[in-house]
Amino acid sequence: MADPVLDIRGISKHFGGFTALSNVDLQVGEGERLGLIGPNGSGKTTMINCISGALTNDEGEILFQGRNINGMPAHKRTRLGIARSFQIPKPFASMTVLQNVAIPLEYAGRREGRRSIDDQAREIVESMRLGNLVDTSAGALNQIELRKLELARAMAASPRLLISDEAMAGLSGNEVDEILDILFLVNQRGVAVIMIEHIMRAVMRFSERIVVLDAGSKIAEGLPETIVNNPDVERAYLGE
Amino acid sequence: MLFDRIRFSWFWLCCVVLLVGVTLATQVIDNDFLFFAGYLVLTFVVLATAWNILGGFTGYVNFGSAAFFAVGAYSSIVLHKAFELPMPALIVIAGLVAGLVGLGTGYLTLRLQGVFFAIATLALAVVLETFITNWEYVGGAAGTYVIPPSEVYFFGSFIEAMFCLMLLLAVLSVAVSRYINQSKIGRGLAAIRDDELAAECMGVPTLKLKLISTTISGALMGVAGAPYPFYVTYIDPISAFNLTWAVNSIAMPLIGGTTTWFGPVIGALLLGTMQQWAQVTISSELNLLLVGVMLVAFVVLAPHGIVGLVRKLFAKKEG
Repeated sequence: MADPVLDIRGISKHFGGFTALSNVDLQVGEGERLGLIGPNGSGKTTMINCISGALTNDEGEILFQGRNINGMPAHKRTRLGIARSFQIPKPFASMTVLQNVAIPLEYAGRREGRRSIDDQAREIVESMRLGNLVDTSAGALNQIELRKLELARAMAASPRLLISDEAMAGLSGNEVDEILDILFLVNQRGVAVIMIEHIMRAVMRFSERIVVLDAGSKIAEGLPETIVNNPDVERAYLGE
Repeated sequence: MLFDRIRFSWFWLCCVVLLVGVTLATQVIDNDFLFFAGYLVLTFVVLATAWNILGGFTGYVNFGSAAFFAVGAYSSIVLHKAFELPMPALIVIAGLVAGLVGLGTGYLTLRLQGVFFAIATLALAVVLETFITNWEYVGGAAGTYVIPPSEVYFFGSFIEAMFCLMLLLAVLSVAVSRYINQSKIGRGLAAIRDDELAAECMGVPTLKLKLISTTISGALMGVAGAPYPFYVTYIDPISAFNLTWAVNSIAMPLIGGTTTWFGPVIGALLLGTMQQWAQVTISSELNLLLVGVMLVAFVVLAPHGIVGLVRKLFAKKEG
């Protein structure tokens, strides 16, 4: 890979005696769409917690745009350009949708000339197809709206890399397509996307490359077509 | 923008009118009890406002308000005994000392969330009370007397001067709280209150903002405590660390409403005045009972306080 936006070299993470990640390498190219899959408990969420800074890796190093970000607090990583959505939506429930999006704009976004934060936030909310809900309290949103809000907030931080953590779990077929459209849109703006997902239809359609984790180790990596036919992957999901 | 500026000056205009009006009123009103009782109510305005910066805006419940109040009171005892500093200097230094205690507490405890943070603040109060009880210089367990100045400029009596001083401190505290509430810091604190991890991942420097919050909250509580020994003329650990301070600092914002700067002011004025009234007309032991009953009633019936209740009523009317 020419110049990866994210370069993870041999990271490990232990929780007491349990090894959640063991010596994992991972590269993501500029503007790439990467699918990260694996059975429950395989370390996907631990991995993105280590990337976003919610957890610190015990070993190995993480380079973002060539810069070592080991030990850097999460808010600084966000300002550098790593944004994430949460598997279980974490809205700022006392605020409106617009105010939710304004927080990352104010704290991590790049100011666009003289435009007010409100105007920028409104534009992002509309591009995420939440335009009719700008003044709704985030505490009153339904599941699909919450997922969109998660992505809207992540985008407000003007990231170079977006990590989408199961943004589609529990959604209906049409809703999955809607989120997929949004993620493609984000990617077209030049943002690299790591998609963590259990819905294989979505992962296969979206990913240019897929990485498979199992029990904290990387067991396969490659094009979507080769991954689905990989016997190791099949074994990891279905057992012997 | 222009609208903001106009509102800004309205706030300050009201403050100035209030300060000048009350100061002039001291020349006319002769009833010292009014000022004596009013001083306490205003102290509660400062305490409630200070508590709310951490408890209401940031979402970290502090059970140790009495400790910060007492740090302010005892700082001014020490400075008064050692250097005979004038009152403004006592207040500023006491505020700084209490702010530092706030910063230290924050640094040591903010990794603890929810109920654990609350317990840690409670422990702080116990530790500090033990320390003061064993410190002979400030009177130890027996307490110490402070002789108030026999003459005061302009004002008819010492208590009138103290009342106006506390009014000024209350106005300044509310101004600080209002500034935080409406600024970028306040929006960051609200994000922390709603979801700390999400806030951090949205670029909010959560540790820094929480330390700012504990420091300012602690400093303002110290400011509230600094003139207190002069007001009562005698102070001991039991009164300085009294449960009343901590309970009221929590109850008043909760009853008024925690998410705005004016919620605690409404709560403190209402509850503080009721307590003073009950103390004179019914019994001095009724105070905390009154607070307790009000608190339970509000938690059950209006969990967002008076401000939340009024907003809900207005929303219903519009809808």
